[in-house]
Amino acid sequence: MKQFTPLNGLVVPIDRSNVDTDAIIPKQFLKSILRTGFGPNLFDAWRYLDEGQPGQDNARRPINPDFVLNQQRYQGAQVLLARENFGCGSSREHAPWALDDYGIRAVIAPSFADIFYNNCFKSGLLPIVLPADVVDQLFHAVAAHPGYRLVVDLAAQTVTTPEGVAHGFAVDEFRKYCLLNGLDEIGLTLRHADEIRAYEARRAQSEPWIFGVSA
Amino acid sequence: MNPLSLYEKLWQSHVVREESDGTALLYIDRHLVHEVTSPQAFEGLRLAHRDLWRVGSILATADHNTPTTNQKVIADPVSRLQVDTLDDNCRRYGITEYPMGDHRQGIVHVIGPEQGATLPGMTVVCGDSHTSTHGAFAALAMGIGTSEVEHVMATQTLLSRKAKIMQVNVEGVLRPGVTAKDVALAIIGHIGTAGGTGHAIEFAGSVIRGLSMEGRMTLCNMAIEAGARAGMVAVDDVTLRYLEGRPYAPKGAQWQAAVAYWRTLHSDEGARFDQKVTLDAGTFEPLVTWGTSPEMVVSITGRVPDPALESDVTRREGMERALRYMDLQPNMAISDIAIDKVFIGSCTNSRLEDLRAAAAVLKGRKVASSLKLALVVPGSGLVKAAAEAEGLDKIFMAAGFEWRNPGCSMCLGMNDDRLSPGERCASTSNRNFEGRQGAGGRTHLVSPQMAAAAAVAGHFVDVRTFLD
Repeated sequence: MKQFTPLNGLVVPIDRSNVDTDAIIPKQFLKSILRTGFGPNLFDAWRYLDEGQPGQDNARRPINPDFVLNQQRYQGAQVLLARENFGCGSSREHAPWALDDYGIRAVIAPSFADIFYNNCFKSGLLPIVLPADVVDQLFHAVAAHPGYRLVVDLAAQTVTTPEGVAHGFAVDEFRKYCLLNGLDEIGLTLRHADEIRAYEARRAQSEPWIFGVSA
Repeated sequence: MNPLSLYEKLWQSHVVREESDGTALLYIDRHLVHEVTSPQAFEGLRLAHRDLWRVGSILATADHNTPTTNQKVIADPVSRLQVDTLDDNCRRYGITEYPMGDHRQGIVHVIGPEQGATLPGMTVVCGDSHTSTHGAFAALAMGIGTSEVEHVMATQTLLSRKAKIMQVNVEGVLRPGVTAKDVALAIIGHIGTAGGTGHAIEFAGSVIRGLSMEGRMTLCNMAIEAGARAGMVAVDDVTLRYLEGRPYAPKGAQWQAAVAYWRTLHSDEGARFDQKVTLDAGTFEPLVTWGTSPEMVVSITGRVPDPALESDVTRREGMERALRYMDLQPNMAISDIAIDKVFIGSCTNSRLEDLRAAAAVLKGRKVASSLKLALVVPGSGLVKAAAEAEGLDKIFMAAGFEWRNPGCSMCLGMNDDRLSPGERCASTSNRNFEGRQGAGGRTHLVSPQMAAAAAVAGHFVDVRTFLD
């Protein structure tokens, strides 16, 4: 897992609720067997005027000038500001991969869909839940101030505005520990291999059919 | 003893260890694998020189990219590589796979239960959000991402936290023409697409007890569209009758022992729920989605809602955006919406019961001449064969439907079955997101009966006027 280091990032706003994973990365790009290279197709249907296909030269495609990611003032954004239920829909980890590949390090929203929220941590991306009124203030602030940045500090669990207002956020201790240290969760779990084996032995007694031979 | 909910029973019986912050290592009994979300997980295992923890827990099939026409080889080289990669990985690790061409191949959420690979009391995971389907068998079934697929492959466990629990009681009696799909859409319309976030939903009540396993799977399948981590239904005779004799189900004395345990898989009297919702099914009607989120749903007898009447700004703008995308006007009658294509299929509605229900509407009728395509895609090779044995294929084809081979097909259009920009579809699938069935395509979610009726009329129509 990639380590999350403190960040002072330019903020890009996506001002709509229920942004789904089909919008974040459309299905035709899920055919890749790689984990990288999804950034140019992040929000593909909103970002370009034509229908994208895998393997295209995206630099030659007609862009949608109205879409925020294409506006000059948001180039280089590292913090995505979003509305309710961000990341709803499919379990595709390609969605956080695409955000990460594009350069986004943190997503701030009043709420996230569960699977997406979980997938973010696995990809080194930090999802931050802030109260809806705070998110609303941030949307206004971003619109009013070109170049608006936020400081995201995972260790301190704060998002700090340029005026110095710090908003605290919650995160599970274990997830925070893994993300701050860039730890390999599989390696951590395998330290408990003996406990997993002991559990299996108990279940094999009580529910042997779970461990039955395939048909 | 403390009364426990079904979810708590399933959770407690799978915790291997728990950290002080509540993060648990949850043991995984069944791992279903398909071609889209697994290649990076296998690659991760290889890079770290790790092996599979328990190969027998895995059942794999190719479904998302597979063509539904009689192609023997996938024409799109990118899709073909993904399917070939799954075949190679399964061969290399000795994983049981139903590849393209196998008579048992099909949508992963159809074949798991069909084979009895999904059993009560199990934890079931798959790199696919519609894994919630398997909760119909009183299993704790969750969709996971690719990193978690790799974690389960290497450790047979998942790092997880206990969800909150919501009980959704659906009481009363379903009226004719109202199906499990309508129940699912009614619940989502009521609690919203984020209504179940952070929760596992247990579906209960007289209507749920009265549903077949197919109906319960349709309902649990769409728990994810309500934002829930899992959906589930308690074990009863309907569950046991469905499972007995399936290839992976226990046999003989083990079957007896299993049934004795499975009978305990229900919420105890007095179990605690974080939320309870009760709905009266007597008021339910056949439903049609009008927008780009499954919660944007209305009765077939209703009208497209007017955003001007919505006071919340974000919601109003969401409705306006959805109407623009869907090219619909406020207050238009739903039955005035004309369609271009019809899709009957997907992990939501591609089982034998669904095909029978659609065929019953189509028997002796023809699809409207204005339709560009009417497609029926059975959920698995076995569903297809069973339907053909009953002559359902003949009814569909006589009506003007194309009778295809199993796969995810036009639910998400990773193969060649897609909507073109601007096309409007009556679809039995689960998501009406922008571009879901093809860039610029417009999806209306309905039951199989309603899709069949719309095919005949060329526009949405109340299927109850077809029933006599």
